[in-house]
Amino acid sequence: MIKVQGIRKSFGKVHAVRGVSFDAPNGKITGLLGPNGAGKSTTLRILYTVLKPDAGKASIDGADVVTDSLAARRRIGALPHGAGLYPHLTARENIAYFARLCGLDEAEIDDRVNDIVTLLEIGDFAERRTKGFSQGQRTKVSLARALVHDPQNVILDEPSNGLDVMATRSLRELILKLKDDGRCVLFSSHVMQEVAALCDDICIIANGLVAIDDSIDGIREQTGCEDIEDAFVKAIHMVTPE
Amino acid sequence: MMRTMLTVFYKEVLDNFRDRRTLASALLMGPIFGPVLFAFVINLSVERSLEDQERTMDLPVIGQEYAPNLIAYLRSRNIDAVDGPRDLAAAMDAVKTGAHDIVLIIPKEFGEQLANTIPAKIELVSDQANTDADRDARRARSALMSYNQLLAGTRVVARGINPQALQPLNIDEVDVSTPSGRSALLLGMMSYFFVFAALMGGMYLAIDTTAGERERGSLEPLLSLPVTRDELILGKIAATCLFMALSLMLSLLAFYVSLRFMPLERLGMTPNFGPGVVLAALAIFLPFILVGAALMTLVASFTKSYREAQTWLSVVLIAPTMPILIVSILTLRPRLEFMFIPSLSQHLLLVDMVKNEPINALHVSISVVSTLILGILLTWVCARLYRREGLLG
Repeated sequence: MIKVQGIRKSFGKVHAVRGVSFDAPNGKITGLLGPNGAGKSTTLRILYTVLKPDAGKASIDGADVVTDSLAARRRIGALPHGAGLYPHLTARENIAYFARLCGLDEAEIDDRVNDIVTLLEIGDFAERRTKGFSQGQRTKVSLARALVHDPQNVILDEPSNGLDVMATRSLRELILKLKDDGRCVLFSSHVMQEVAALCDDICIIANGLVAIDDSIDGIREQTGCEDIEDAFVKAIHMVTPE
Repeated sequence: MMRTMLTVFYKEVLDNFRDRRTLASALLMGPIFGPVLFAFVINLSVERSLEDQERTMDLPVIGQEYAPNLIAYLRSRNIDAVDGPRDLAAAMDAVKTGAHDIVLIIPKEFGEQLANTIPAKIELVSDQANTDADRDARRARSALMSYNQLLAGTRVVARGINPQALQPLNIDEVDVSTPSGRSALLLGMMSYFFVFAALMGGMYLAIDTTAGERERGSLEPLLSLPVTRDELILGKIAATCLFMALSLMLSLLAFYVSLRFMPLERLGMTPNFGPGVVLAALAIFLPFILVGAALMTLVASFTKSYREAQTWLSVVLIAPTMPILIVSILTLRPRLEFMFIPSLSQHLLLVDMVKNEPINALHVSISVVSTLILGILLTWVCARLYRREGLLG
């Protein structure tokens, strides 16, 4: 369960996030949709606590991301945008390193890593060093790394970037599976179709503000557009000064 | 806390060991570079000094025919007279251009002046700014001075005076320098190589754990884990320290072995660099490793990319060697206040050990404690900086 209330964040004169609020409940997939530079990544970075908001509050399962950031991180599995691996370690070692840092028991680590390797179909290249991996392989390993400690909340920043059709498909299956497990899944994208196909709730942000936060049908209703792409564009214009 | 640090430490060590290229430059370049350069310099100077006494030297002379006795005397001192340029002007030109290092000119009147006990004029043309030619010039000059004394002696004997009357003073120089002491100047260079090797050993890790991790995109996932940033940075600095210590140990070992094969006795030097001194040097240099690791991590964490970090760290490589250089040039003796300066205090203590001089326990404790305090301070600053948001760039 992720709660975001009126968070703001500026970098010098650039107001990246100017008041974003939404809830991402358990057992649902929440999509953060917006054009490039809308403030999606900044919002997610605040949620996985590598940035601090200038104002507003956000919490993960009740743990405040600023005052109780360690507890908040314990409840999150995060896949940052463009996440990199350690090229001299094998895929398995990359995953096990994160498992160990998450505080898993030594005895537990092997089993957990094996489970996640099977779940994400990494087996074929698990023992290879990650140097020279394809984008799809890298994303899978990064995902495995983020999920290895079995987090209740999963935050994915543009996970489908650079993936081919097959990889996108298996990613979608994984996200649905996480939802069925009762987890809270929050992911960002700038592709309307992808979000529409997966999400229960969609939070459209542009220009650092929330334009619409609703279900697919709710968005169609509010914008009066039947076509989801038209709806997306119309929503963006609602908060963007001409 | 401890477990996270160890996990990070272990991973960084494994990662660095797998990177063959950086490992080679860290653990081979640094430790081997010093002894090889050293062996080269020492062998060169041994060859030169031995060469000097035995080698027959050619001396261009104008007007050999006017002083056959002098020429014969020079030959007895292994100095062969050869035909020189035509005249004084040609001789000056030849020395200026470096065609000859030195030219002796004997005027026509030489024999006559000598016979009449008028001071006989001879000219020695040399370029005193040319240090390379200085050896030959000095040798020729000293041969001429002895010939001068020889003639003076014969003259007073002919007049029935004891030649000892010409030597009112008997100056006996007592040199208190020991063979170990004479080693110190040259071997003082060793501390430079130890500092250099230690820094080289940790340089890549210091970059990799900061700028490198950010450039690779692995920093952000790492920071989103339920660990504190202090634990991460301390584990990383510890790994950097390990590689610096390894490189330092290899460097000490390389010197220990290679000194055995250098003909130092022939230069009148017997450095005190046995296993005991090697271990003591290791102990004295160890606190410096923390300073180096924290300093390099600190500098690297300000840079935007791997390349930029490399550029800045090559400056850091030079910084700790500056005090050593200044003190060596000014030939300052160890003083209490010097012991507060990292790298300098280690250098001075090492020189004392190599010279086989008693080690001042107070100096050692000040060096160790002050260097450690600075190291801890720098580590603390690193940890503070690692907490800032700008870390992600």
